[in-house]
Amino acid sequence: MPRLNSPKDLADTRLHIRQICREQHTVSPFIYVGMGTCGIAAGAGEVEQTIQKELSAHQIDAEVIPVGCAGMCAREPLVDIQLAGKPRITYANVKPSEIPEIITEHIINGNILTKKAYAQLPEHRHWLEKKSAAENLPSYHELPFYSKQIRIALKNCGMINPESIDDYISQDGYRALSKAVTGMSQEEIITEIKDSGLRGRGGAGFLTGVKWEFCYLAKGQPKFVICNADEGDPGAFMDRSVLEGDPHSLLEGMTIAGYAIGAQEGYIYCRAEYPLAIERLKKAISQAEQYGLLGSNILGTNFHFNLHIKEGAGAFVCGEETALMASIEGRRGEPRPRPPFPAVSGLWEKPSNVNNVKSYAMTPQIILNGSNWFKGMGTERSTGTAVFALTGNIKNTGLIEVPMGITLREIIYEIGGGIPKKKKFKAVQTGGPLGGCLPETALDTPVDFDSLTAAGATMGSGGMIVVDQDTCMVEFARYFLTFASAESCGKCVPCRLGGQRLLEILTRITQGGGTLDDLEEIQYISENMRAASLCALGQLTPGPVMASLRFFREEYEAHIVDKYCPAGVCKGLYSYEILEIQCRGCGLCIKSCPSGAITGSKKEPHVIDQRKCIQCGACYDVCNLEAITVIPKLETIEEIRTNN
Amino acid sequence: MASIKLTINGKSIETHSGQTVLEVAQTAGIYIPTLCYHHALPPEGACRMCLVEIERQRSLQPACTFPATDGLVIHTHSPEVEATRKFILEMLISDHPLDCMTCDAAGDCRLQDLAYEYGVKGGRYQDGFKHSYEVNDPNPFIQVDRNKCILCHLCVRACDHVNGVEAISVFYRGFNAHIGFGADGSLQDSPCEFCGSCVAVCPTAALSPKLASGKGRSWQVEKVDTVCSYCGVGCKLTLNVRDDHIIKVESTWDGPANHGWTCVKGRFGFDYVHHPDRLKKPQVRKYLLDGKKKPKSRNGKLWQWVETDWETAINITAEKLRTTRDKFGPDSIGVLTSAKCTNEENYLMNKLARQALGTNNIDHCARL
Repeated sequence: MPRLNSPKDLADTRLHIRQICREQHTVSPFIYVGMGTCGIAAGAGEVEQTIQKELSAHQIDAEVIPVGCAGMCAREPLVDIQLAGKPRITYANVKPSEIPEIITEHIINGNILTKKAYAQLPEHRHWLEKKSAAENLPSYHELPFYSKQIRIALKNCGMINPESIDDYISQDGYRALSKAVTGMSQEEIITEIKDSGLRGRGGAGFLTGVKWEFCYLAKGQPKFVICNADEGDPGAFMDRSVLEGDPHSLLEGMTIAGYAIGAQEGYIYCRAEYPLAIERLKKAISQAEQYGLLGSNILGTNFHFNLHIKEGAGAFVCGEETALMASIEGRRGEPRPRPPFPAVSGLWEKPSNVNNVKSYAMTPQIILNGSNWFKGMGTERSTGTAVFALTGNIKNTGLIEVPMGITLREIIYEIGGGIPKKKKFKAVQTGGPLGGCLPETALDTPVDFDSLTAAGATMGSGGMIVVDQDTCMVEFARYFLTFASAESCGKCVPCRLGGQRLLEILTRITQGGGTLDDLEEIQYISENMRAASLCALGQLTPGPVMASLRFFREEYEAHIVDKYCPAGVCKGLYSYEILEIQCRGCGLCIKSCPSGAITGSKKEPHVIDQRKCIQCGACYDVCNLEAITVIPKLETIEEIRTNN
Repeated sequence: MASIKLTINGKSIETHSGQTVLEVAQTAGIYIPTLCYHHALPPEGACRMCLVEIERQRSLQPACTFPATDGLVIHTHSPEVEATRKFILEMLISDHPLDCMTCDAAGDCRLQDLAYEYGVKGGRYQDGFKHSYEVNDPNPFIQVDRNKCILCHLCVRACDHVNGVEAISVFYRGFNAHIGFGADGSLQDSPCEFCGSCVAVCPTAALSPKLASGKGRSWQVEKVDTVCSYCGVGCKLTLNVRDDHIIKVESTWDGPANHGWTCVKGRFGFDYVHHPDRLKKPQVRKYLLDGKKKPKSRNGKLWQWVETDWETAINITAEKLRTTRDKFGPDSIGVLTSAKCTNEENYLMNKLARQALGTNNIDHCARL
């Protein structure tokens, strides 16, 4: 493929690719396999191999297209089949053993395998020949998981082959870049981004356009565009999905940013734990260079822009922008105080612009569709959409993109499908290990930067962890604190030592050794860490602890005063009891008990021998009748009685 | 540099831009406590002791890194600031041995001074984990006691920015972060040149001179300013002297030649001063003093060294040089001078060689 030397070249190429695709599609079916890390982990690799085997066995000439994550992690592996003139049909939770039947029925016989088909996408690749929708199969936008979503950053994720620049171009890829570098001035781009109200999707929510303007106005050359792809929150995979599913959108966004601020070099700082993302980024960069969409004289203009990948070595703190830049420079990843801000003095003390993956990925759409289109979604102060990785005790775990302003309740119960196993919702943690948890009473909080902060949590970069009644909120906070304090760089005193002391107190409480004074101490250390730490990691480390103490104080007090963990999590602070009226004597618990602590005859209520019980929770998990409950330890009850 | 006007603690200060808030405050005589700051090194903002309240700023800001700009309104000792500083000290003390009674730095320790100033005592987190690093670095000069380290990074910066050796770095993360040498080995086996710059800036006794250990506290010593005798640079040193014995060399930051920094010899090489073998008077061979002929045997009394006064020694030397020149010609003599001499001394030796002795055979050890 020759270099694209003008916007016309790009437009011609797009038409050409679409034409080829159309021609190809008339003779060969398209099979899409979800090959993001999530899909591969769920077995997509084996599924893909079986498909290839089956195709060659039947001598079918089909195009097998690996795609990124479509978001429905709970339903991976996903296999989509599209026949000429037909909509794209999704099969979910596909096992290799089911492939022959799917291929025979769908491709050879031309019928949708209804018992296995999950949904359809009639609008996919709108430029293919006109498609008639299949009957009796919901469209994606009719699925509860998708109906409330608007996909901008994730537009192509799961839809296109991330390793093919042609596929990206066919979906209007690089049109925004072409528009920007040939039809817009630097100021016009910055104004457009400012007008769109786009706020940094890394979590801090600073206005992206304003940041670009600072860097554009800053004196000094060279300037740098940096992408923060050091996604390190436990349970977060938003950025990874974009990198794996649609790497060119990031490249296009960064190139536009480079043009706007006057930079010729860019760095993508991606954690080395994302090997697939790095591999796809490398491929994407080399393809874009071949097409003249990166490198010298982009699209025949005088604009040059080169991109480099820097692999992070696994320090969470390197997601902090100044630590990230120190790491690119080859130094220890430690934050430094700001000012000076990176826009003035960043990488190698040159003006630098650091944005999150999603901020860049949204940029081309804003340039292409205009700021008003973007502003039309979301709330007044938080425009556009937010991407969340929905995880934890929720039915539809996955990756979602929703308009700002949607409530937590809508996300959890409508998109997420609620809590599995009829358990009760307890809390939702937003903002990752530096965010906060919100209780049921806060479920109607709109999801936007300001409302979540006001409610006591943070927006963060998009982690959303839902927990049910079986989660101990003290232990939950302790888990995040363990993570954050271990990931502290150790540079400033409040974070290095405060995190440790806080962790010691929480550990003491979960072991039953806490006192009520400890709660004051938690407050004291937390407030000081927040006020005095150098970077956001230290300032927000106490976040989960403060939020859980604010909303679940009674659980802390139960641990301290009653020596009781109501959720049945903290070892030694609870015991199990069988409720006589609930128990039907089915014997499941007896079979599951590893220590022989449960006895009872069939159809008669069973009993737990507390002396033998090791509180493993096996009986609690297997009981279908909710007959097993968590109660305070008997010794503790007796001790309290004696004292009284 | 533009002239700016700012307010610190209600006091209006006119100064110029390009300074930090801390520098402006210090010039104006306003005290802000610091631990990781050192005027001779780039600021770090790590210890958070110098946090001040700056109006219109979202949070407390470190005075050591915050640029002083026009119109700033700063409060250096507001209740919130003071409470935060106290917290910082409580945290530091919670992982500190608190063995001031036997610590060499007592009386000359910034952590001790600040803990005293803020009334911070141990005990609040006494059940918490405390590090217990071994104190066993085998090098002859620097005692490394990580238990007393507050991770101010001053040693790291001194090693990087002053000596350029980069022997010291921070290893590990969070509570386990600690300073280390080379690839986290001993100081002995690291690229360290033992210039002692790290020791000079360490605010506690985490890095201290081994030679001074147990020899005296800061209030027990007499401080004597001197010029280093090792070479011609003329570094200013401040000797800590107790009972007429030098126990350590301290940095004096106004030394025009070295601004307080030294090399290994100036910092630690003073043991010769009190060495029993040190020559304090000139010596000549006995046969020269007696005006006799050079003896054939080197075992006899005439071959022995005998103490004498400077005049006699110089006269004998001059006489021997003269006779050698007259007898064998000027080029039979060679002169080798030393980097231990000053420029002026070396110049004079040059004059002596070329004009008095009449030879160009003069060289200098630094040419090697």
